[in-house]
Amino acid sequence: MQSGKIEEIWTLLGSVPDPEIPVISVVELGVIRDVKFIDNEYIILVTPTYSGCPAVKTFQDDIKIQLKKNNIPNFKIEIVYKPAWTTEWMSKATKDKLMKYGISPPEKYAQCPQCSSRNIELISEFGATACKSLYKCSDCLEPFEHFKCI
Amino acid sequence: MQDLEKYILRIADTSLILGQRLSEWCSNGPTLEEDIALSNISLDLFGQANGLLEYVSKLNGVKSADEIAFKRNERQFYNLQICEQDNGHFGDTIIRQFLCDSYFKLFYLSLADSKDETLSAIAHKSLKEVEYHLRHSSNWVIRLGDGTKESNDKIQQSLNQIWKYTGEFFEMDELDNKMLEKNIGVDNINLKVKWDIIINKILNQAKLSRPEDGYMMSGSKKGLHTEFLGKLLAQMQYLPRAYPNAKW
Repeated sequence: MQSGKIEEIWTLLGSVPDPEIPVISVVELGVIRDVKFIDNEYIILVTPTYSGCPAVKTFQDDIKIQLKKNNIPNFKIEIVYKPAWTTEWMSKATKDKLMKYGISPPEKYAQCPQCSSRNIELISEFGATACKSLYKCSDCLEPFEHFKCI
Repeated sequence: MQDLEKYILRIADTSLILGQRLSEWCSNGPTLEEDIALSNISLDLFGQANGLLEYVSKLNGVKSADEIAFKRNERQFYNLQICEQDNGHFGDTIIRQFLCDSYFKLFYLSLADSKDETLSAIAHKSLKEVEYHLRHSSNWVIRLGDGTKESNDKIQQSLNQIWKYTGEFFEMDELDNKMLEKNIGVDNINLKVKWDIIINKILNQAKLSRPEDGYMMSGSKKGLHTEFLGKLLAQMQYLPRAYPNAKW
């Protein structure tokens, strides 16, 4: 009974998008570490991406809305720090989604999402959000964002 | 206040106050990229401080993390004095950041082995962020030091001026010793050798000379601060003090 419900929660969480990068869900981002059932309550273990990322608060609110909307009132979100979030938890499929969306995925070498060139130049290690750095493609000359490996 | 709470407050306040200082660069950076970089680093520091303050709040059981950040006065803050120093020009900020980042890296590396699980977890997380902060500040130190004569002169002066605040990194008081004995805290004295290696390497590359260790400022472990902290707090705490119970 509960394991079915836990599966349902995972599915619902899979439909909560990352507030900054809406093509991927919070599950694909890797921030949902576990869903457990303890003392009549579902515990959702969430880990922050970057310590200060404002999206962390936003997606917690989004998760609450999504679960309540689907008649799951008895849950609690708990923040866990260990193991620290890493982009290694992202699957190949998720990385492909990022690339298609226009963000070079978190791999050792950035790649231009416009023309796939690897002839690129780092502009800044810091981008519009904590998780991205800024590059420029030396072939098509377009600037682009790269999801940092962390 | 319990020993552990006070020990964590020192770490949290150091991140919080440096984060607040760096945030002053938001919309004032020398270039757009640098504006974003300094604001991002500030945000990471606030995040680290928040994790630690939430932990203090949990141990304390009465005050929320926000109350701890916004409802204390100068003498109740335990941040390292180097963090509260004015931003000055870009070179001043970069040197302060470089000295702090290299210390943070070693401090968190050691704190990651703490017997306290929460502290260890936060240290692991912070370490990942500190790595690229240090890369950023080191690159700038090298660029400015090994840049033009003017940039070299300026950043050398920045370094000379702030050097007296680096002594606090390696101080140990009674509380530090107690925490170390319990395998919770860090042996600050131990960090010095590795810190010297990082500093000497980068300063050498940047063609800057390392200042002599002269008189070193001290006192933050007892809540003693320089004139800059009061003004910083006045700005940081204005809103929640002027409008108690305001929500944001």
